[in-house]
Amino acid sequence: MPAENDAPATGGVETTSNRAGARATAAVQALAGAEAVAGGSKPDPILVADNVVRTFGGLKAVDVDHVEIQRGSITALIGPNGAGKTTFFNLLTGFDQPDTGTWTFNGQDISKLPAYKVARQGMVRTFQLTKSLARLTVLENLRLGAKEQRGERLWASILPFLWRDEERAITERAEELLEHFNLVRVRDDFAGSLSGGQRKLLEMARALMASPEMVMLDEPMAGVNPRLRQTLNDHIRGLREEGMTVVFVEHDMDVVRDVSDWVIVMAQGKVVAEGPPEEVMAQQSVIDAYLGAHHDAPLSLEEEEAQLEAAEDEAAREAEEETS
Amino acid sequence: MDWGSIASQTLSALIGWEVVAYCLAAMGLNIHFGYTGLLNFGQAGFMAMGAYGVAMGISTFGLSLPVALLFAIAWTVFLALLLGIPTLRLRADYLAIVTIAAGEILRLFFRSASLSEWTGGSDGLQGSPVFTTQFKSLNPYSGGLNIGPFHLGQHTLWVVTVGWILVGGGILLTWLLMRSPWGRVIKGIREDEDAVRSLGKNVFSYKMQSLIIGGLFGAAAGMVIALANSSANPDNFAPQYTFFAYTVLLLGGAARVFGPLVGAVIFWGSLVLLDAVLKNAVGAGLIPEWLMNENQIGQVRFMMVGLVLMLLMIYRPQGIFGDKKELQLDAR
Repeated sequence: MPAENDAPATGGVETTSNRAGARATAAVQALAGAEAVAGGSKPDPILVADNVVRTFGGLKAVDVDHVEIQRGSITALIGPNGAGKTTFFNLLTGFDQPDTGTWTFNGQDISKLPAYKVARQGMVRTFQLTKSLARLTVLENLRLGAKEQRGERLWASILPFLWRDEERAITERAEELLEHFNLVRVRDDFAGSLSGGQRKLLEMARALMASPEMVMLDEPMAGVNPRLRQTLNDHIRGLREEGMTVVFVEHDMDVVRDVSDWVIVMAQGKVVAEGPPEEVMAQQSVIDAYLGAHHDAPLSLEEEEAQLEAAEDEAAREAEEETS
Repeated sequence: MDWGSIASQTLSALIGWEVVAYCLAAMGLNIHFGYTGLLNFGQAGFMAMGAYGVAMGISTFGLSLPVALLFAIAWTVFLALLLGIPTLRLRADYLAIVTIAAGEILRLFFRSASLSEWTGGSDGLQGSPVFTTQFKSLNPYSGGLNIGPFHLGQHTLWVVTVGWILVGGGILLTWLLMRSPWGRVIKGIREDEDAVRSLGKNVFSYKMQSLIIGGLFGAAAGMVIALANSSANPDNFAPQYTFFAYTVLLLGGAARVFGPLVGAVIFWGSLVLLDAVLKNAVGAGLIPEWLMNENQIGQVRFMMVGLVLMLLMIYRPQGIFGDKKELQLDAR
């Protein structure tokens, strides 16, 4: 976690209805100079992707011409199911290989790197279906997140005096994060015994152990109750306050409106629109993308969300059944 | 019924080379399956590599014992690399398929008549120069063990001494590895390798390290078998020995440092006990001829061990040492 000095950790309540941290203002101001068109350029992009194409058989799952992510901002990636958001995430983070395409992170080409090297560069992701390491304790989950540990090398591992100090420092940082994410009570429990919401928190905390510059959250709110959602919102804002860049996939429009500085809309693999949240969500092309261009019955936003969530839950359940 | 001799046979078996071999093989599977989640169904192949590495190193290639040991280690590592490079990037089941096939390929290879000049074919390697000569010459014992109920011959005692030192060292190594950050990554891979990858760990490399270490435990088991029998025989490395080793592992409890040891003692101990009891009972006419004769003892004891295993899996699926709560956790 860089820049720990500014913005005291968002402990939960005090920032609930407060978007205006120093970094938030900065991010909004910086993005005022960005073009609110699909593939528009940003004043200070941390990630730039070009011509990213991924096909599954005949289906073009991802077909992104150009997209930039502003440093130090919170960018929401939205779009209907099957728009290619998660596939795009997988490509960027090295979990899937594209047919074509390059992208740079901090000016460095990372498009050919395997997933673990992408993470080492400072781009760390979480997953749509939470991947808590069930038979490791919560604390061990967090410790695992720390990067480049000496004790993780085979020869050093059997000589504890080589890594004991480092382990102590890692544990201290893990304890801080547990405190911050309100997981202290379950510190020594198996991660597999946590509730769905706690697992989301755990996964986020574990990602932070790797001291990322950019955090990619794939549906951080899926299957989380409304109260915890608020907490997660605060945590996401807290990441920005600590100087990180956040990209997240989300279906809940309230969350998107509430948290993000910038919204990128994907449909059928392409980026169809982007801009500040209020502007984007008013655009006809976005509404079309979500509902289909010739959807005749005008739905309210709530109904739309409910439908999306139902579909999403079903998808998640199916995926779960497949994996279990 | 001669209970004294039954007890003596069983107790001697508990410290015998079979227990050592099963324990070492299961310790390898513990690293593979218990900690890393790798499904290695070809542990018998690794055992064969150890046995033939030493036997062929000395008998066929004329190496000295220490050089032959290094040779056996080197080609076991080579086998692990050969199996791992194409399969460890793929899903876990591919490794299972490849290893079970590789184990059989190796056994048939060592068995084949056209290679018998080097491998001894189906008779195995025991001819001259006898590969155990140098090992026997290092034997510090002047006689066998005859204390109370424990009876071991001079050569077996020496093999077993070396074997138990290996087991002790292996347990220590496993314990050291698995309490370290390295072990944490390994256990993380068992739970979800993508999550570990997303945290910047080179999962492929860790899986390879695990495959090699576990394979070397298997090779050590093979060496013990070859030295104890003074013979490297292909039939000692048939696929069922992999599954016996899995049985031992699950019996003791996977991902427990002492699991393989306890499993091996119980597995082999109960086999020998049953064998002795049944032999005595048949001999004393306690079991009628129409139900079972002496030639059927070997099969019946395995049937009974199978029954015990089924009961264990139903009533104590986590093994002797395992934690049932842990086993029942959501696998994700």
